[in-house]
Amino acid sequence: MGPLNKGKPKTRMSNSTLLFIIAGIILILMYGIALISFPVSFRQFQTFFDFFNLNAALFIVTLGMCIVMIGGGIDISVGAVCGLVTMACALLLETGAGNIWGALFLSLGIGLAFGLMHGFLIAYLEIQPFIITLGGMFLAQGLLTTLHKEPLNVTKPAFVALRRYTIEIPWLGTVNRLGVFIPSEIKPSVFVVAALVVLYAILMKWSRFGRNLYAVGGNRQSARMLGINVKRTIFLSYVICGLTAGLSGFIFLLTTGAGNIGNGSLYEIKAIAANVMGGVMLSGGVGNLLGAPIGTLTLLTINELIRAAGVQSNLQAIVSGLLLYIFIVLQSIIMALRERRQFSLALPPWLRPPRAQDQKTAEDQR
Amino acid sequence: MPRLKRRFNRMSHLFLPLSVLVVLLIINLVKGADYFKITLINGVLYGNIPNILFGASELVILSIGMTLVTAASRGQDISIGESGAISSAIFVQYVLRAGNVTVWTILAGFLISCLAGMVIGAFNGTLVSFFNVQPMVATLILFLGGRSIAFIIDGKVSPILANPISNQIGTVIPGVPIQTPIILTAVFIALVVVVLKTTNLRLYVESVGVNPSAARLNGINPKKVIFLTFLIMGVCSAVAGFIAVNKAGRHDSVNLLKFIMMDAILAVALGGNSLAGGKFSITGSIIGAYTIEVLNRTLLRLEVNPEAIKAFKAVFIIVLMIIASPVVSAYAGKLLDRIKGITTGYSPGQEVAVSAVDSSAKKEK
Repeated sequence: MGPLNKGKPKTRMSNSTLLFIIAGIILILMYGIALISFPVSFRQFQTFFDFFNLNAALFIVTLGMCIVMIGGGIDISVGAVCGLVTMACALLLETGAGNIWGALFLSLGIGLAFGLMHGFLIAYLEIQPFIITLGGMFLAQGLLTTLHKEPLNVTKPAFVALRRYTIEIPWLGTVNRLGVFIPSEIKPSVFVVAALVVLYAILMKWSRFGRNLYAVGGNRQSARMLGINVKRTIFLSYVICGLTAGLSGFIFLLTTGAGNIGNGSLYEIKAIAANVMGGVMLSGGVGNLLGAPIGTLTLLTINELIRAAGVQSNLQAIVSGLLLYIFIVLQSIIMALRERRQFSLALPPWLRPPRAQDQKTAEDQR
Repeated sequence: MPRLKRRFNRMSHLFLPLSVLVVLLIINLVKGADYFKITLINGVLYGNIPNILFGASELVILSIGMTLVTAASRGQDISIGESGAISSAIFVQYVLRAGNVTVWTILAGFLISCLAGMVIGAFNGTLVSFFNVQPMVATLILFLGGRSIAFIIDGKVSPILANPISNQIGTVIPGVPIQTPIILTAVFIALVVVVLKTTNLRLYVESVGVNPSAARLNGINPKKVIFLTFLIMGVCSAVAGFIAVNKAGRHDSVNLLKFIMMDAILAVALGGNSLAGGKFSITGSIIGAYTIEVLNRTLLRLEVNPEAIKAFKAVFIIVLMIIASPVVSAYAGKLLDRIKGITTGYSPGQEVAVSAVDSSAKKEK
């Protein structure tokens, strides 16, 4: 009998993969708990799709933040940029100066401008990312209030039509109490999220930029010695994050349909929390990009679970903080055990199939 | 002379915050010459300078704690506002339940709130030091849930602190010409200075911040030091909450010390400290905190559109950080050398050429 795993030798699982698997397990666990405790609402497909329909902007922001965090940086301006874009686009559409394409380009332009500024200052002038993006956050908030202060509802017919547009999935749906079949609905923004996830996952996994970014986030000094252009890599990561934040503002406007001062507030904190839940570490170099949507889903599931449980509104924040606490502690304990090499996902020795080496030594002994 | 030069080198990190402060003060003076005017109303000093000292008192105290946390743990505590809100809520509840309010009640309430702050600091510190969580993530938990905890402790919307002693702590004690928060801040700074001068805290914190594993090999337990800095941060936030709630006269759990962590981190950075840990300067942070307050008041004084204040502040911060950035300062140093070379008659390039000729001549020999 030959060895069972004849192919390439197995390498030790990387931290990114391990944390990603943990994040996935936690999500399944959370959704399972939700399914068991509130079967009526959570068993509907629409509940699942609504996570994406209503929070598409948060998903997109989290993706951009994930890229910056893998590079070992942080961008706390994303929420404010998102809010600024919603107001600017609403103003553009309301004054009648531009059409939807103009608004889309405006959102990308604002995002790109902030991304270029952050990237240049952080990568080439070596200023601390926290302070520069804090400045960007203040700048975006200040520009937002200068532009317009009151909530601004977009009434342009073409935009409203786009906003109302939904795609029905005829084979997925629920039967309501009257026995009428209601198909599930998806907003177009969900496709934007899906496309971005695929695009960024490919970018991080197979492109030169993605690999460089992991190297730079892990250890800047050794990345430089390997001949990686560290400055350009960091610069690009911030540009991508800025662009993503700009796009998320457009999607936010598509979801709510109004420009408001409070739009996108605390998105930076939510995005960081979601990324941490998805197994992306703030210290950089560790994390799978697919962890970002998974972490966001976990965060949203927890919030929805607390809301469905009918917890008092003040306790909601505390409960979500507690769950975050449990999650963070669990993550850190697993990482600590792994460092001491006491934790392995492999089978215990008495269950493992005999390896080729073991057989050889046994034969030698004979 | 060399001693003076050494002294100057030691103070060189204060050059940036001080120069910014001076520039801001000059702008204010240009706007109106009576900027430094201090008037005596009812035996109390009023004017722009006392107002700045009064307004920045919480920020100064918080930035001291933030400096220590940043230096030791290489990260920032973003839950300081929430921590201050919780500890001051406990203080307010203690005072309101006490009935007859004396100085001792206030003092006991203050000590209890400090204890609460230490508990919060211990919570964050345990996560950061013993569970190896990054500080920003660890303090995110309280940032999300802290205000709700404060609200639940309050029990109702913003309880009012209506007793003469709190009022005196928030404004002035009769017979003393300086507002009480300024005195409290001065006392706190003095305490911190005494602690830093008499103990090894600075050495331990700096060595842990520079290299935790090297510190551990030298017999310093980095976990304990980081935990200690978070405890100090807790006390700082409790004191800041105490001052803020006495100033306001009521406990507003939603808006008390809201988003002050951004200003505190900014103060630390303005003071010339690295946000990646290591060596720190408390003096710089204190000057940075006052600079932020002066900046806020200057923008108000220049009658900037209130909607655009944040944008102006952002531009100011970004320009300042560009000036202070290592790349720009290195470039400026080069430029300065070249100017010096022109004025003294030869450029560094010529010097290199001369030395090259010298070496070749030596080789020929």
